[in-house]
Amino acid sequence: MPRQLHLSAALDSPGRFDAAHFTDLARLAERATLDFVTLDDSYTPEPGRLDALATFARLAPVTSGLGLVPTVTTTHTEPFHTSIAVNTLDWVSEGRAGWLVGVSDTEAEARAFGRRGTAPAEELWAEAADAADAASRLWDSWEDDAEIRDAATGRFVDRAKLHHIDFEGPYFSVRGPSITPRPPQGRPVIAVTVAAADLAPDAGPGGRARVATAVRHADVVLLDAPDRATRLTAATELRLRGGEVLRILARIPVALTTAAATADLLTEATEGGGGVDGFHLVPADPARDLAVLADHVVPALRERGLFRTGYTGRTLRDRLGLARPASRYAAAAATPATATAAATDTSAAGTPAAGTPTRSAATAEVTR
Amino acid sequence: MTDRPLKQIHLAAHFPGVNNTTVWTDPAAGSQIAFESFRHLAATAERGRFDFLFLAEGLRLREVKGRIHDLDVLGRPESITVLNALAAVTTHLGLAATVNATFNEPYELARRFASLDHLSGGRAAWNVVTSSDAFTGENFRRGGYLDRADRYTRAAEFVQLAREFWDAAGTGTVRHQGPQFDVEGTLSLPRPPQGHPVVIQAGDSDEGREFAAATADVVFSRHSTLAAGQAFHADVKRRLAAYGRKPDELKIMPGVTWVLGDTEEEAVERAAGIRRAQVSPATAIAYLEQVWGVDLSGHDVDGPLPEVDPVRGSGLVQGRTSLGDPLEIAAEWRAVAAAKGLSSRELVIEVTGRQSFVGTPRSVAEQIDRHVQSDAADGFILVPHLTPGGLDEFVDRVVPLLQERGVFRTEYTGTTLRDHLGLPVPGRR
Repeated sequence: MPRQLHLSAALDSPGRFDAAHFTDLARLAERATLDFVTLDDSYTPEPGRLDALATFARLAPVTSGLGLVPTVTTTHTEPFHTSIAVNTLDWVSEGRAGWLVGVSDTEAEARAFGRRGTAPAEELWAEAADAADAASRLWDSWEDDAEIRDAATGRFVDRAKLHHIDFEGPYFSVRGPSITPRPPQGRPVIAVTVAAADLAPDAGPGGRARVATAVRHADVVLLDAPDRATRLTAATELRLRGGEVLRILARIPVALTTAAATADLLTEATEGGGGVDGFHLVPADPARDLAVLADHVVPALRERGLFRTGYTGRTLRDRLGLARPASRYAAAAATPATATAAATDTSAAGTPAAGTPTRSAATAEVTR
Repeated sequence: MTDRPLKQIHLAAHFPGVNNTTVWTDPAAGSQIAFESFRHLAATAERGRFDFLFLAEGLRLREVKGRIHDLDVLGRPESITVLNALAAVTTHLGLAATVNATFNEPYELARRFASLDHLSGGRAAWNVVTSSDAFTGENFRRGGYLDRADRYTRAAEFVQLAREFWDAAGTGTVRHQGPQFDVEGTLSLPRPPQGHPVVIQAGDSDEGREFAAATADVVFSRHSTLAAGQAFHADVKRRLAAYGRKPDELKIMPGVTWVLGDTEEEAVERAAGIRRAQVSPATAIAYLEQVWGVDLSGHDVDGPLPEVDPVRGSGLVQGRTSLGDPLEIAAEWRAVAAAKGLSSRELVIEVTGRQSFVGTPRSVAEQIDRHVQSDAADGFILVPHLTPGGLDEFVDRVVPLLQERGVFRTEYTGTTLRDHLGLPVPGRR
């Protein structure tokens, strides 16, 4: 079977504020069995839009297979709140959440918060990396089997499985643990947008910091490149630095107004996958373009054996072929006795982790 | 009672909280975090034609003796995110989130509540709370301690600024310079369908009452006796005139628990069983330690209260509201224990666990109605002791009786939470 493509799309719809519009788009995206959709966000007055994570939370109960990856910015927000909001999106979607990490680099956004001025991109992305790190540690701060409900001793949780994260950095510190239990995916999928120019030898410090954030923390990179040759070079460089587990999707604008445009996209998707795992489509008109995608492009890709015919697996990680990570604290704390208990509990108790081989147990075995 | 028309009761459902009111040892107790639990409670509340669903907030897990408190249900979602998801599976129910004014910024929060209001078609509510707690602050950029007086100053300016953002949404820019905030911003979305999401205030202190009279649409108060409720109701409503507001522009809704039985005796028996389940031996010790401020892990809870006197300000317990002066409380508890011959655990059950309304469905409906018709409340926020099915029996057995009495809606007559609460859409200022 040919290598399977990963396909995603942006639902950005300036000036749309009604749930029905986004519900229609999500249903089209599910009909096309896309891996996930994104929704951009910022604190600038334009374009007109709702809070992206809120919009995707609203879509979670009316979809069942689609990954939901909203932009959440890290410059003016609290890492703790961001962590629990993305965590909660994972709970309400039963394991389909991701987070497209963004920064706020405008004067208007700084003034709307009034807490600090603007900063160079290099600094904003270094802070974004810290925010992703702290959020991820908070997701891990509850081990999967922390909730024990042991009536005999009156204990609801095993507090040895709840961890302070004690994150300290130049921009903020977070003590932890999270207030929200470990999400179904262990860690929701982290995505970062990178431009080919950020990877070039002459990239500026901002671009380099963005790439560093992606390499250190992202599961998925949305890659902007002006042409296929540049894309291949950039993807190769990213792969080299980020490893085989990084999913790289080429970001391409689409406007499927004519049969020729549709044929071009199909050709691109069939032949242009060199160096990347798939595509992130940015439609000019999401309602129109997603309908063409679902009705024409995706069926043709399926015929060629390049794309799934239906959803298999439950979570966005499943969709992307990414393993469910063990809590870093479980691995650190594991002793032979607790490792055995963890393995037993997971298989027997039907915890949220059940059904997915937990790497916490596996790692503990190795430690032993 | 005068012959004025019957007051209509307002009801809200509180998702069972992260404290020992919530019984997790019951075989019927479900997940505190799975979306299905939230969907279940919301569906029950909407079936009962409730005004709104209410979510509390926690920003730091409680600690005792430097360790995480492990005896109560623990862990909860981020409220606004859950409510946005619930907006998809409900059609009329109001959706209220408790969100701290100390560890958030007005622009962001105004935008988040405006988004919820749009995505739910006008059903958002914000319960404004404050925190002075350096312990909680350790999870946030802001960190640190905020003086008690400054908490309400910040909260008041925060709410005022949020209202300015909502009013200007879609038309212009807010420029605000105050003691707490110096900002200039424009929301990226139109004015919320309700104009302003409903604002709820919880807290019985004098500053809290004044803050409520000035800015809140609903007060989430502590339930007490009928007379105390009437005094609180009269006091808060009296303060409204100073702000140019009418008495019915602010609804007072105490938080209450209840237990039903087919007979009064059965209800009393069930209530005692629930209280005992709420106070396990380990929970009884934790309660005593909260007052005594010392390690009591070896204390026999089936024997008398500790003989030693409490220690003031030991900092043993973190992230939990103080009960008051420990020496006074201990003296009071000892007197109660002596008078009634209670063990330590029985004493804790006695002083902490009492349900607000206990009886047959008919008697509970009567008690609720009496409190509302005699102006001890305008309605209630019901706190079930079981997740997620704890409200089912109330909706099945008590709501029909309230409807029969003509004091509670049989169908929703409006679509927004302001419609349900009988609150006008605020004009732009």
